[in-house]
Amino acid sequence: MKVTVDTERCIGSGMCVYSSEEVFDQDDDGTSIVLRPEPPAELWDAVRRAVDRCPASAIKATP
Amino acid sequence: MSESVHTLAAMPTERRPGCPFDPPKELIEAREQSPLSRFTFADGHQGWVITGFDLIRQVMADPRFSSRKEFMSHHPTIDYSGYEVPPAPPGEFLLMDDPQHSRYRKPLVGKFTVRRMRLLTERIEQVTAEHLDAMEKAGPSTDLVTAFAKPIPAIVICELLGVPYEDRGRFQENIDKFLGGETSDEELIAAYTATQEYLAELVAAKRASPTDDVLSDLTDSDLTDEELRGMALILLAAGFDTTANMIGLGTFALLQNPEQLAALRSEPELADRAIEELLRYLSVAKTFMRSALEDVEVGGQTIKAGTMVILSMNTANRDPERFPNPHVLDLDRQDGGHLAFGHGIHQCLGQQLARVELRVALPALFRRFPTLRLAVPAEEVAVRPEMADIYGVKSLPVTWDA
Repeated sequence: MKVTVDTERCIGSGMCVYSSEEVFDQDDDGTSIVLRPEPPAELWDAVRRAVDRCPASAIKATP
Repeated sequence: MSESVHTLAAMPTERRPGCPFDPPKELIEAREQSPLSRFTFADGHQGWVITGFDLIRQVMADPRFSSRKEFMSHHPTIDYSGYEVPPAPPGEFLLMDDPQHSRYRKPLVGKFTVRRMRLLTERIEQVTAEHLDAMEKAGPSTDLVTAFAKPIPAIVICELLGVPYEDRGRFQENIDKFLGGETSDEELIAAYTATQEYLAELVAAKRASPTDDVLSDLTDSDLTDEELRGMALILLAAGFDTTANMIGLGTFALLQNPEQLAALRSEPELADRAIEELLRYLSVAKTFMRSALEDVEVGGQTIKAGTMVILSMNTANRDPERFPNPHVLDLDRQDGGHLAFGHGIHQCLGQQLARVELRVALPALFRRFPTLRLAVPAEEVAVRPEMADIYGVKSLPVTWDA
């Protein structure tokens, strides 16, 4: 799985960090940062939750 | 218009007796018929009510649906014909679209991150413990709203923004009036004016001698005093009234679901999921409005430009297509992903703060008072009217074994 964030779309809700702190963080402006662009399989469910919950549809996870 | 379109005859004004946590049955029934219903506003405007989870997410994510105050000229139950709604005052970004909205929201986002809010945990624990101590000392009964639900989020948002908590007498009651749904227009105007006077003094004080807080930080920008007042109003109102109602109503809901409360007590690791479930189940910010800027297809219907849409958030959070057994409070619910904080660019800025506050306050309350119970029959607990922007209990008489 490859994870990317469209930082132009990101509104800094923090839902990705809330879904998986292992994969996401926020910078000082609150914008999402991907910590692990190719997360291990045990984190995929959490990443899918982050994709679903992002209020700005800013996260992409491609298989 | 096809014949199959469902119509909601009137916006319900009451919940079913004995069901203070459930959306009115007319809205639940509307959702059973269709996620999208035709609805005629009080002035005759032909609009829509959306009760389906997916459709609400679609509308809230679509910039063709505006939040601008001046487009919200129709009211579901009050006829404002002939009255022109002015645009939102500078800084009140909840009722604006981008790019104006992000001028105000952007500088705030970094102040409310998951990490920053979690750093407040210890302070919130301390404030919570102080209020539990005071309850214990004065007990063994109290109104939970005044003793616990209101002061904790109020102190936290005041400290975060840099508003002296001692000043709360000058705005707290007014905020209750804005959001409580039981205030005349004259009272609302007076409350708004008084709050603006206070905020003008506050912003001037922050400019004169900045301290280490969000409002002071914002004075170091190109935002005008008027804009800062508007932003401060939004932040104070949101910080004072929303989590407070979640704590009050959440306590009521847990007391009415003793097996769920027992599970929360015996499995503290349930707390995060439990808070998400309470947010879903109670959805205190229950209704939002949008206005279509152009014709938009939603759920197989065309919402015409200039048409208003009512989004019933609490009904959508009970959508059986998203949540199995939606009317059951299940603290161990795994699916999550509710709409309690909204969706799209306006999604609650303070949601991570609310989570930390609820996560600290509710378990601490039940740890300190294991025998906490209602001091009146459940049907006598006074709730806010359906007209209120934020739902909740007006007071919650509780007692415990000393």
